[in-house]
Amino acid sequence: MTKLKINGEIHTIDVDPDMPLLWAIRDIIGFTGTKFGCGKGFCGACMVLMDGKAVNSCQLPVSSVGENELITVEGETENLQLLQKSWEEHNVPQCGFCQSGQLITATALLNGNSNPSEEDINNAMVRNICRCGTYPRIKKAINHSVELKNKG
Amino acid sequence: MKDVKNVSRRSFLKGLGLASGGLIIASGTTLFVACEPKDIVEFNPNLFVQLNSDGNLILVASRSEMGQGVRTSLTSVIADEMEADWDRVSISQAVGDVKYGDQNTDGSKSVRLLFEEMRKIGAATKAVLIAAAAKKWEVPASELRAENHFVINANGKKIGFGDLVEIAKTLDVPKDVQLKDPKDFKYIGKYLPSKDVVTLSNGSAVFGLDKRVDNMKFAAIKRCPVAFGTVKSYDKTAALKIKGVIDVVEIPMLRKPFGPLGGVAVVATNTWAAFKGKEALKVQWDLGDNNTYDSEEYMKQLTANVHKKGKVAKTVGDVEDAFKKASKTIESTYQLPHLVHAPMEVPNAVVWVQGTTCEVWAPTQEPQRTRTEVSAFLETGEENVTVNVTFLGGGFGRKSKPDYIVEAAAVSKAINAPVQVVWTREDDIQHGYYHTVAAQYMKGGLDKEGKVTGWLHRFALPSIASTFAPGTVDPAPFESASATNVPFEIPNMQVETGEAPAHVRIGWLRSVINIPHGFAINVFADELANEAGIDPLEFRLNLIGSDRIEETKNEYKYDTARLKHVLKQAAKNAEWGKKLPEGHAMGLAVHYSFLSYVASVVEVSVINNRVKVHNIHSVIDCGLAVNKNTITAQMEGAAIFGMSLAFYGKITAKDGAIEQTNFGDYQMLRMPQAPKIHVEIVENNEKPTGVGEPGVPVIAPAIVNAIFKATGTRYKTLPLKDHKLV
Ligand code: FES
Ligand code: FES
Repeated sequence: MTKLKINGEIHTIDVDPDMPLLWAIRDIIGFTGTKFGCGKGFCGACMVLMDGKAVNSCQLPVSSVGENELITVEGETENLQLLQKSWEEHNVPQCGFCQSGQLITATALLNGNSNPSEEDINNAMVRNICRCGTYPRIKKAINHSVELKNKG
Repeated sequence: MKDVKNVSRRSFLKGLGLASGGLIIASGTTLFVACEPKDIVEFNPNLFVQLNSDGNLILVASRSEMGQGVRTSLTSVIADEMEADWDRVSISQAVGDVKYGDQNTDGSKSVRLLFEEMRKIGAATKAVLIAAAAKKWEVPASELRAENHFVINANGKKIGFGDLVEIAKTLDVPKDVQLKDPKDFKYIGKYLPSKDVVTLSNGSAVFGLDKRVDNMKFAAIKRCPVAFGTVKSYDKTAALKIKGVIDVVEIPMLRKPFGPLGGVAVVATNTWAAFKGKEALKVQWDLGDNNTYDSEEYMKQLTANVHKKGKVAKTVGDVEDAFKKASKTIESTYQLPHLVHAPMEVPNAVVWVQGTTCEVWAPTQEPQRTRTEVSAFLETGEENVTVNVTFLGGGFGRKSKPDYIVEAAAVSKAINAPVQVVWTREDDIQHGYYHTVAAQYMKGGLDKEGKVTGWLHRFALPSIASTFAPGTVDPAPFESASATNVPFEIPNMQVETGEAPAHVRIGWLRSVINIPHGFAINVFADELANEAGIDPLEFRLNLIGSDRIEETKNEYKYDTARLKHVLKQAAKNAEWGKKLPEGHAMGLAVHYSFLSYVASVVEVSVINNRVKVHNIHSVIDCGLAVNKNTITAQMEGAAIFGMSLAFYGKITAKDGAIEQTNFGDYQMLRMPQAPKIHVEIVENNEKPTGVGEPGVPVIAPAIVNAIFKATGTRYKTLPLKDHKLV
């Protein structure tokens, strides 16, 4: 049995300890906001927050999560909701498939850096592919969130 | 709004179960769950509109949403003509059914083909609501008007649309209706946000991959590495040992355009077990005829085919004579590799076959074709197959081909349970319908003044037609059109085609044939300008020449003035000719496709042999701009898509098998490389034309032209990664 704390709730599941967290979240627990894009750590579609940091859940066996708190795009954490508002404001999503991952990476960025420079944003967001090409809007939306934050 | 509880997003998600049967409306940033009162009356004046007596308006989107914003664009047209309140609108996705008309979401034509129809539907609905109010108030309809979900009389007395439902239901919907004056459009022509922006930002939108059905299994399929190879034998022992694997079944190959490639499916209780089972599976293949396909060798063959005379697709004047008389001739050969769509969401489908009936939930651009293919496979009537369209995590043409959905039908039938077939990213890259691979040869003649007197364009590329008629070696007419319709005022022009047999499945990918043709034409025109010693902008405008309308086979005439206009605007916006920092330069390209006119000017720098794109100024003339938000987004996305293919796009084959595997070796542009993208939409009231695709073809040639300007080196093959520039 593996215990996972996701979005504030404990889920106890019986899976192969090697199963990547991604599939435990999607197929066993049933949160489908976290996406499968490549399964190899290239695209960031599967990003979740583990103790506030963005991790590719396709690369993380469930057995390695331990007590760490997980937050998915369905979860609640200040910066995530702030960013989601900015995403709406700037009409970021095209197909939307990559956006859960983009939002999680951006949340982790703002968790660790309340005033990221353009370079900081690039360095963080380089982990996430958007095949639709929403990068310019993602960047605007992140900057918009930063402004809102700093306004208090 | 009556009977509405405002709930937080979180409890909304939890309450989804409760909400079933209720109506869910996403309105701005707040989600409402409307509990369905017993007395709600529905009014369905036509297939696309449902107005409820509580005023809620449900509009049907018949085309598939893959990021191009079509659900919003089409329904906003109905709402505008209807004078509906956009906040009261929710969108319902149509199942695949001919009763909705053509639903093939492809070729940048949804808005173009449905704009008038959606307007009429909205106007007719408005008319019947006005008639209902006229009846209720016993006044002539001519004294009434509709505004923002109300019908209003001359004195300002109002009645809500919902309150007119009972009477409206008793009336006939008029056939002939008055459409609005475009100057009165309220949603059309504006930057209207997508209705789906909230659900696409909080993980609640259901893509194909997110669909769940009770007792659903998951399957992954091992396919032959060589296109159209077949299963000789397989050993399932190791696969069945994996925890979660339930079954292993063989899938037949159907040699038809959208038939499954065939292979062996591993069925499991979760996706990961299915993937692991697939890896463990041992299959012996009969590789078939394509097992010698080597894309490098093949390129040599294509190149040889364009270095000799081909079949003439178009001829004007006498090019040979023009070249003889020219004061200078130049020639160039361009080579472009295969590409693959790689939508962010891999191909996948949930199918549940129960006896002779079947239900499909899939991210498909072509729900009707899916219905036809699945019912043919199951040998059942189309009426027994329901195709539900989910959100598509990107399509780009890949999801027009329902082979992956027929696979799921085959597995579901074999295991007698609902199943989700999931492609791995490797499957997606290695078993796709590839964008063609092209060799092109161009020759041009210049006179003493630097005017172009002769233009020869020869190309050889495996045709999409080969997917429909195996053995085809010549391009289909539409694959010549973007070369033969080049609007240059050159007295002697010839377009020729060389043979190109296909060894993989060839399919259409965003912008299709316009990618290779747009590249060769725009780069060669730039080479001619350089040879003539004339500024590329001036040279290109001269090539296009006089303002004129070129006849076409449809009602959209090719207007050279509009083509020149987008080019001039892009140059103006980019401040073409301004002084740039050391190592920086601009390049331009202009192309007409999907009936729209697009030009881009890009600014690059090449420093220490590394290219960086700083700015892209794109201008599109797509007729009446139905949704400027969407159009801008599509132009931005097209620029990134075009940069991905220019920088990295290359699929190669060795011994018949695709060599690339995943995003590690089939790379995509990422945020640090994304330039500033500036989009201008030309204002006019012409008929709406394509938006999703026409922004792509100009990007790669504009970059290559800019690099030449910066370095003096002309790159005639892509991707730029091969030249160690990125
Ligand atoms: S799915 Fe995990 S990085 Fe792509
Ligand atoms: S919005 Fe489609 S992949 Fe990012």
